[in-house]
Amino acid sequence: MAVEKVDTAGLTDQELLDVYYKMLLTRALSQRMRVLQRMGKGTFAVSAEGHEGAQVGSAYVLRPGQDWTVPYYRSVGVAVTVGMTARDVMMAFFARRDDISSGGRNMPNHFSHRELRIVSGSAPVATQVPHAVGIALASKLRGLDEVTFVYFGDGATSKGDTHEAMNFAGVHRLPVVFICENNSYAISVHISKQMAVENVSIRAQGYGFPGVTVDGNDVLAVYRAALEAHQRARAGEGPTFIEVKTYRLAPHSSDDDDRRYRSREEVEAWSQREAIVRFRALLQELGLLNQEKEESLNRRVAREVDEATDYAEQAPPPDPATVFRHLYAE
Amino acid sequence: MAVKTLIEAVREAMAEEMRRDPRVIVFGEDVEEGGVFRATEGFVQEFGRERCFDTPLAESAIVGVAIGASLNGLLPIAEIQFADFIWPAVDQIINEAARIRWRSNGAWGCPIVVRAPYGAGIRGGPYHSQSVESVFAHVPGLKVVCVASPYDAKGLLKAAIRDPDPVLFFEHKRAYRLVREEVPEDDYVLPLGQAAVKREGKDITLVSYGMMAQHALKAAERAAEEDGIQVEVIDLRTLRPLDSETVLASVRKTGKALVAYEDNLFGGYGAEIAALIAEEAFDYLDGPVTRLAAPDVPISPFSPALEDAILPGEENVLEAIRRLAAY
Repeated sequence: MAVEKVDTAGLTDQELLDVYYKMLLTRALSQRMRVLQRMGKGTFAVSAEGHEGAQVGSAYVLRPGQDWTVPYYRSVGVAVTVGMTARDVMMAFFARRDDISSGGRNMPNHFSHRELRIVSGSAPVATQVPHAVGIALASKLRGLDEVTFVYFGDGATSKGDTHEAMNFAGVHRLPVVFICENNSYAISVHISKQMAVENVSIRAQGYGFPGVTVDGNDVLAVYRAALEAHQRARAGEGPTFIEVKTYRLAPHSSDDDDRRYRSREEVEAWSQREAIVRFRALLQELGLLNQEKEESLNRRVAREVDEATDYAEQAPPPDPATVFRHLYAE
Repeated sequence: MAVKTLIEAVREAMAEEMRRDPRVIVFGEDVEEGGVFRATEGFVQEFGRERCFDTPLAESAIVGVAIGASLNGLLPIAEIQFADFIWPAVDQIINEAARIRWRSNGAWGCPIVVRAPYGAGIRGGPYHSQSVESVFAHVPGLKVVCVASPYDAKGLLKAAIRDPDPVLFFEHKRAYRLVREEVPEDDYVLPLGQAAVKREGKDITLVSYGMMAQHALKAAERAAEEDGIQVEVIDLRTLRPLDSETVLASVRKTGKALVAYEDNLFGGYGAEIAALIAEEAFDYLDGPVTRLAAPDVPISPFSPALEDAILPGEENVLEAIRRLAAY
């Protein structure tokens, strides 16, 4: 039987369904934020639609609270996989007082959660990459069993910080995994104007550690690559660069109109083979998902996103008097 | 008490803190062999290469990695070999180190020290001479120290290392072997954000920092001897947070203010001091708040003839004191 040949990367049935659920949640949260922004209920939204396989597949390897996550602004799926809730995401979208990421100070999708070791980021591209290397340096110097995953897009591979950080990590053989979600566009700039190589993972050779390119729309392939990199890091074998090729199904952000630079045919073609569609078919093939189960999962996700939206919408904004707090240690 | 140079005081402060706290590490370019100014001489022998190590030649990574290491429990001292080379790391310092506590609503903190030799007067040319402090002093979330005094340097560097927030620690390189002072052997910490009245006087308040504060002290002695003008010299030591009270209290007493700094005049740190005095002590002034600084050309030209022509020193301070006193 064909089913027996499917390599599920050692994940249990329950885990496979959990991966799928987190992908659906990522999709639903991204869509909801886009809609809310269009309704005028928020000023800014960034979507992870299309990146669910890349994000959930890789982050599923992480041990929350032990390993470190250094995300970028599209990392909705990474955040929810490591343990942030739909409420956490929506509270940031509405810039609420009790938003765990920033208390409404940073833009939405700049996830931060100290207990989960998700590190606060900024908007300049690639500045987080050296932070991940520094965290991994401390893990190594302190002799701690910790691995750091750092996320960025294809545009970030052009930045000096990415080069400086990867080189540093290679020299010191640090337990860090560089994950590039290559969706072929940095806002409107096509990958052909970003780099002259087919697979950017080849650059890892120049830093003295392995680089791999995986199909980001195959969530289990991503998981396998991340697991191997995680194991290498834990074994003291140093960094890995994982290039995850995927496609963003929505505009770059709520301020972007991707019709100016991408044909609808191109978007349509990618949406036929995106990660959720493919994983759904696989789960059906494995007999883990039928229509009833699918509907039940969708209802659960919709309920969660509705509840989170209502909760966050009604939550109080930050008190203006607090804006001076936390500039320095208190 | 032993007399020490600035570089000895800096080295001693770091070594003592590394002995006291295993979380303190030092890294940068050439630090393993002691550093180009010998600030980390003997560190590898005493602390090993795990706590004092060379990095690739990449300033943004030096600071960015320090930020990351600080998030994971270490207290890094990142050495930038010359302040002139700090610019590639400005993104990390301003967008990251200065903002991570604030932007995470207090969840994260960034206890790093970025040390860099700064300042002119060593025939270093335009890229080993710059004063960079005003850029960083402008940024909320950073702390900025400028020192030339060995005594101040040791106590302030220890405070900077123990501080929970990012501190830019600028050591005037001309002072490294030139300025000698008695420095206690024992553990002492000088609080950040506290200026020092280095000389009392009733006629003029002279606000300065770094090497210019050293020139100011000498000029003030001569003004007293040669002209009978009593100048009160304030060494700010910490530029941010600024000890505005010490400045204002002195101006209220003297009624005249001279601000001397080595950086370019236009938009320099002294402009902030001048504005502060004008806003908060206007009623006490009986002369214009005056600035003495380098003219607006790159500091410093390599030729001694050119550098000496633009770099303000003791003579220029004395002239400025006399002009203001006569007002």
